[in-house]
Amino acid sequence: MIKIIDLCRSFNGHPVLNGINLEVPTGKITVVIGKSGAGKSVLLKHIAGLLKPDQGRILINSTDLTRARGRELQEIKKRFGVLFQGGALFDSLTVLENVAFPLREKTRLPEGEILRRARKRLAQVKLTQEVENKYPDEVSGGMKKRVALARALVQEPEILLFDEPVTGLDPPMMNTVFHLIAKTHQESGYTGMVVSHDIPAVFRIADYVAMLHQGRIVAFGTPAEIQQNPDPVVQDFLRGEIDFQET
Amino acid sequence: MMTLLRRVGGFSLTLAQETGRAMLFLFEALGQAFLPPYRFRRILEEVYFIGCRSLLIIFLTAAFTGMVLALQGYYTLRKYGSESALGSVVALSLIRELGPVLAALMVSGRAGSAITAEIGIMRITEQLDAMDTMAVNPLQYVVMPKLLAGLISVPLLTAIFFVVVILGGFVVGVMLLGVSSGSYFSGMTQSVVTLDVNGGIVKSLVFGLTIMLVACYNGYFTERGAEGVSYATTRTVVVSAILVLAWDYVLTSFFM
Repeated sequence: MIKIIDLCRSFNGHPVLNGINLEVPTGKITVVIGKSGAGKSVLLKHIAGLLKPDQGRILINSTDLTRARGRELQEIKKRFGVLFQGGALFDSLTVLENVAFPLREKTRLPEGEILRRARKRLAQVKLTQEVENKYPDEVSGGMKKRVALARALVQEPEILLFDEPVTGLDPPMMNTVFHLIAKTHQESGYTGMVVSHDIPAVFRIADYVAMLHQGRIVAFGTPAEIQQNPDPVVQDFLRGEIDFQET
Repeated sequence: MMTLLRRVGGFSLTLAQETGRAMLFLFEALGQAFLPPYRFRRILEEVYFIGCRSLLIIFLTAAFTGMVLALQGYYTLRKYGSESALGSVVALSLIRELGPVLAALMVSGRAGSAITAEIGIMRITEQLDAMDTMAVNPLQYVVMPKLLAGLISVPLLTAIFFVVVILGGFVVGVMLLGVSSGSYFSGMTQSVVTLDVNGGIVKSLVFGLTIMLVACYNGYFTERGAEGVSYATTRTVVVSAILVLAWDYVLTSFFM
């Protein structure tokens, strides 16, 4: 289980995370929703160990990620997979090499086995062998997300973090990516955390939803509970009300 | 007056902070060379990129430098009837000063700027973060091989630069202007001592590490998208050129 306790983080004196408390249930998909700039991606980067908080703790099965260093931190990171907003594919490597990269770096598997596993993951996200020798800039945005998902899955992570997995995709491709997340979750059983503001599409894959507002979690529950939550902040966000403070 | 003092103070603090940060970055990255997995292949790839792919520009710069040195030297020496000293003039000015500095400036313009752009783009497209989340240290995979490749490649390129300058000087001085080849080469062997060559190699080692540190550091800490990459690349070329010239002065004083 991921347990976040009183997590605070400021940038240039501006507080972004303002005492986050959240428990992400094991083996379920928890979706974090909230307005742009609410700190969703910052929260995700803290959980991925890319940022250090000013204060607070992140417990991964009772190990404090924020205090882990060196080998201990590397061991925790091996249990994670992250799908970044833009895919973050290595542009000097082909699609197949991108997916094989974590196995080449972190395992002692023979090359044949590495390629077999990479191809299996590419097939799992419905990518054919025709694209495996292409470079990331030669494939579409939707394909990039799928390659990134295959790369995240190839490590067989216990925890998979998704940072805006469908941003910039057309509706059919958005549905495809959500379908693949749901399907791979069913097959692999990882603990998923998805940061997104694609309402209501993202509710289809969510077991739980947490709403982030002004650096705090203001609501947590199943998608049905969140939709019935009486908090005006939650309802305004779900209905897409105009925010006159932002305009 | 107070505003001026405040600005100078602020600039000095920023400079000290950046220098400290760059030194920590350097030691942390070089320390990765001693931790498994050992990245010999990555180092070789970078030696190919920084060294082999800079050969053409080094050849061209060195050839024309040698030719100009010989031409200028010949007409100056002729006034004093000392054309036979042409070999010494070319060799001394080249090995002590011009060779390491010019080779370093060429590497900085070609490879340094490219490395900053490459790492900067990896930073803004979250490729470095992605590597980090796979428990692959970007300092070990991306930065350390470039630093070591700079240490290996720049002295080798400088040595090649020496040879091509001497040949360029030979073509103009001996083949075109008629200085005897015997006096051209004997002048060199008599005037150049081991300390000159050692000094040139030490300089090129320092320049190589400096250029790669500036290039990797600027790329690694790139911010603000495409504009940030453009700024970091320009900064690499300017800062490494200034540092190469400043180091040249310090090391020349040391070897004098």
